[in-house]
Parts: sequence; C-alpha cells; structure tokens
Amino acid sequence: MEMQDYRSLLNDPESRRFETFSYLEEMDASTIRKQIQTMIDKGWEIAVEHVEPERSHITYWYMWKLPFFGEWNLDTIMNEITACRTAYPDHHIKVIGYDGKRQTQGMAMVVHRV
Amino acid sequence: MSKKSNTTGKYEAGVKAYQETYWEPDYEPKETDLLACFKITPQPGLPKEEVAAAVAAESSTGTWTTVWTDLLTDLDYYKGRAYKIEDVPGDDTSYYAFIAYPIDLFEEGSIVNVLTSLVGNVFGFKALRALRLEDIRFPLHYVMTCGGPPNGIQVERDKLNKYGRPLLGCTIKPKLGLSAKNYGRAVYECLRGGLDFTKDDENINSQPFMRWRNRFECVMEAVNQAEAETGERKGHYLNVTSPTVEEMYKRAEFAKELGSRIIMHDYLTAGFTANTSLANWCRDNGMLLHIHRAMHAVLDRNPLHGIHFRVLTKCLRLSGGDHLHSGTVVGKLEGDREATLGWVDLMRESFVPENRARGLFFDQDFGTMPGVMPVASGGIHVWHMPALVSIFGDNVCLQFGGGTLGHPWGNAAGAAANRVAVEACVLARNEGVDLEKSGREVLAKAAKHSPELAIAMETWKEIKFEFDTVDKLDVAS
Repeated sequence: MEMQDYRSLLNDPESRRFETFSYLEEMDASTIRKQIQTMIDKGWEIAVEHVEPERSHITYWYMWKLPFFGEWNLDTIMNEITACRTAYPDHHIKVIGYDGKRQTQGMAMVVHRV
Repeated sequence: MSKKSNTTGKYEAGVKAYQETYWEPDYEPKETDLLACFKITPQPGLPKEEVAAAVAAESSTGTWTTVWTDLLTDLDYYKGRAYKIEDVPGDDTSYYAFIAYPIDLFEEGSIVNVLTSLVGNVFGFKALRALRLEDIRFPLHYVMTCGGPPNGIQVERDKLNKYGRPLLGCTIKPKLGLSAKNYGRAVYECLRGGLDFTKDDENINSQPFMRWRNRFECVMEAVNQAEAETGERKGHYLNVTSPTVEEMYKRAEFAKELGSRIIMHDYLTAGFTANTSLANWCRDNGMLLHIHRAMHAVLDRNPLHGIHFRVLTKCLRLSGGDHLHSGTVVGKLEGDREATLGWVDLMRESFVPENRARGLFFDQDFGTMPGVMPVASGGIHVWHMPALVSIFGDNVCLQFGGGTLGHPWGNAAGAAANRVAVEACVLARNEGVDLEKSGREVLAKAAKHSPELAIAMETWKEIKFEFDTVDKLDVAS
C-alpha cells in the first residue's frame, strides 16, 4: 500500500473524536444494543447525555432526564435515545453505564454525532 | 504468652543459638504483625530452624552476641519470629521461612524503614548463600499510615474522561539524542493520531542535547495542539526524576505551571524517600504520577536472591504512584503470565487473597487505598492487542513504542492503528467474542475500515518473542 497522509485539522469537525469507539465505524442500532446489554449484565445503570458539538470537550454534558435506574428493557432505553435525538437534533449523544459499586462510569460511548 | 529469651533473668555474655530466641513454631501471627516470606538458600549443613531464626533476628532485634542493654527492654515483644518453614516445590537446596514482625518495629508511612529492616544487613549474612524476599503482608493498620497513589484509577479516568477501554501510550524514541523541538514533533504526531499518552524514556532527564525546561515547553505545546484537534484529553509523562529533590520539585512545579496532567518518576533509582515526597506533592497539586521501574530486574530477576517484584509492587502502591510498569506477558521483556497477574492484582484490587498459583503468599488487604494502573510496555504491537485486552482487561495502559513510531506511515498512522485495534477488541469482547481465540478475525474486520491498521498488521505479522522465562514461579511439576 502506498504511503497515506494522516488527516487531522483544527477547523474540520471530522477530526473531533469522542473517546471509546470513536475510531471505529459509527455504530448501528444492533451494535449499540449489544453494548448496552453488556452494561446491564454488569449491573450498571444506563444514562443518556447530549451536548452542542462545539462544547463536546467539556466534562458535564446535559443530562437527558435522569439515569434509567433499574431499567433493563433495551427497547425502552433505545426509545429514550431516539427521544433525546428528536428533542436535540443538532447535539451529540452519549450513552453512559454507571458502575455504582466502583463509583465511576464503567463505560461512556458516543452513539450519535451530528 | 511468648517464652522468655533470658530464662535466668541474669546477664549472661556470649553467643547463643538464634533458634533459642527467634524460632517459635507455635506462634500465631497477630492481625497487626507485618509478615514476610523469605526464600533461604543456606550454607550446607546448617539446620533450617537455626538459619530461619537467624534471618528473623538479623532483620529485627538481634545481634551476633548478647549485649547487656538487651535486658533494658522487652525483647520478647520487639523481636521478629520465624514461625513456619516450608519446602520450595522442585528445589531441595532452598526453603521458605515465614517471619512475623511486630508493627512497632516500623515507622508509620515509611517504606524506607520497612525495607531497611527487612532487606538490610541480613542479605549479606554469611550463613546464607542466597536470600530472596518473596512477599510481605502489610497489615491494614500499617497500610492506613501510608499515602498511597495520589489519585488512583477511578480519579484518573474522571480527569481524562476515558471509560470502558484500556488507555494507550507510547514512549518517544530514539530515547537519547533528539532536540526538544524534534521530540515535541514526535509527541504531537502520536497524540493527534489517537494515543492518550506519550512518555519520556526513563533515560531522559536533562542532558546536554535536550534540557528539561526546553523539553517541557515543546512537549506541552504538542499536547495542547493535539487536544485542540482531536477534542480528547491527552498527556505526556514529563520525567521529573532528578539528581536532587530540590531539582525534582522545581521540574514538577514547572510541569504544573504549563498545565501538564501527568508527570513521571523512577522510584527505584531515585529512591523511596524521593518517591513518597513526590507522591505527596502530586496529591496536593492534582497531578497524575506515572512510575517507571528502572533497576527492578537487578533486584527481582534472580529466583534465589533479591526482592520479588510483587514486593516492589506493594511498596510502590504504599509509597504512591498512579501508574506502574507491570510487564506485558506477551512482549519482549521477562514476565510469567500467572506471576504477572498476581502483581497486577496487587496494583489494582482492594483485597488480594493468598494464591500460591500466582506466587501470592499472604492475603493482602489495602482497605480503601486507591489502585495503581498497570502499564504494559515493551515490544508489543497491534497483533498482541487481542491477548493484551484479554489478559489485562480495561484498567491498564498499553504502551506501544516501536509499535507506534515504527509504522510505515509515521506516528499518527501508527497511533490510529493501535486505537482502532484496541477499540475493535473491546467492542468484540463486550459482545461476547473470545479474543484469544478469534483475535485475528476481530483485527481483520476492523482493518477493512482502517488502512492504518491494515498496513500495521502487514508490517509486524512475523514478529514473535519466544524465550523461556528465567524467573519462574515455584510450582511442583
């Protein structure tokens, strides 16, 4: 293979990354469901956050409602992601798995980028 | 009640057998005792109990002869006791001796004091051909007097905003000779390509070809540019290991002034006093602390003599550090898999039970002390990724030096290849894929969408490191 340039530009939104899984192809619904199922299987609580693209580097994104405590139904969680997207169509959306035992996020992955 | 060492109550000058005082097979170790397991290779012909007792004596209250001032204190309270002897599986020239020390023998929060006692004069004792400190059980009471990691794994993840995957790093090469500006270029390229961290090589301090201040300035400009381009948080381990502690603090302060998230220290060559002080500084200043372990193999590689790395691991966790090199199991450096998993547990877990299959001789309770992030570095590349994710899980920093910088299209492409590979492995693992079985397919699938990964896989497809481990665990075959 011929040598290729590695493109990353300050003024190109395509150069922005979002931590875990952001170097892979954008996840389809079935991939997202499998990852959320893994979080549920570990006993983590699922939450959704969103933010304006230009502020994506900040720590506290807007929280969508509250974390879905005790919610193990994948369809319900996927519907919440859709509802958040509908309410904020020009925002990035992130799914978080809260690991209460270790007091940390066990997973945080961006599932939709504008 | 322990038996009295001096039965008559009168001062009797002269030499006594050690075992009269320091061998107590009926002793039940106390919860507060500091316990040690030594592997002893004695001079021929000496009884095991006498040599074990001698080790207990020489590492605690004993001297070769009785002295009258012994009678001014309660030596039965202060002495170390050999309380158990065990065979070493597969080796009839050496045996394990277990020794209990009362907690009062050690200054609070001082790893320096513990090591000065336990691995001091006793290691040069003539009755021994060789001696190895295999393990220490620090009682929780003592653990609580130590500062520990300045931040710990959870806080590091929160500071970096990175969850659910291993962190990725790279040591900048060539390790000696680059100018600060060219060095900063190499850092920038790695970070913009997708690594979380880059690292000063341990040899880099402040040499004539690149003084520390100039390096710090160039590197931080590179970090800031890469953060702006990618939108992700990044860091470079600025090595503050210095000839004096005054200089160490000066460099740490400047790193903070420049906004660095992390600094680096070599804990064995610089010493535990410097390390513990630097860890305290990091805690006070919200700075992450990466720990390198130059000189460890001098101490820990000989199976019969020295200090096992699991002891050096415990000592670092108590002295303080947020990262510690652990070995890779799969790369170019020494490291038996089960033994490595043993000391990785000692870095990360709150309670680690005795497990002889992993070389752990005692239960070790760290209470609420934060964990240390293991760092796997040395001769690893994208093909190792499935095995590394499977062996270490998420709480690890995987460092690819040659495996990033040696990419045919340069550092940024090399970094991207590693990042795609690690994310593909994590994604697949979370979906239930067995990485050690199906790693090749996982990487091949990810490479379809990443030419950087595809060419990396092509470049390193033939490399393997298969030498036998010198220091194996003692297990019956």
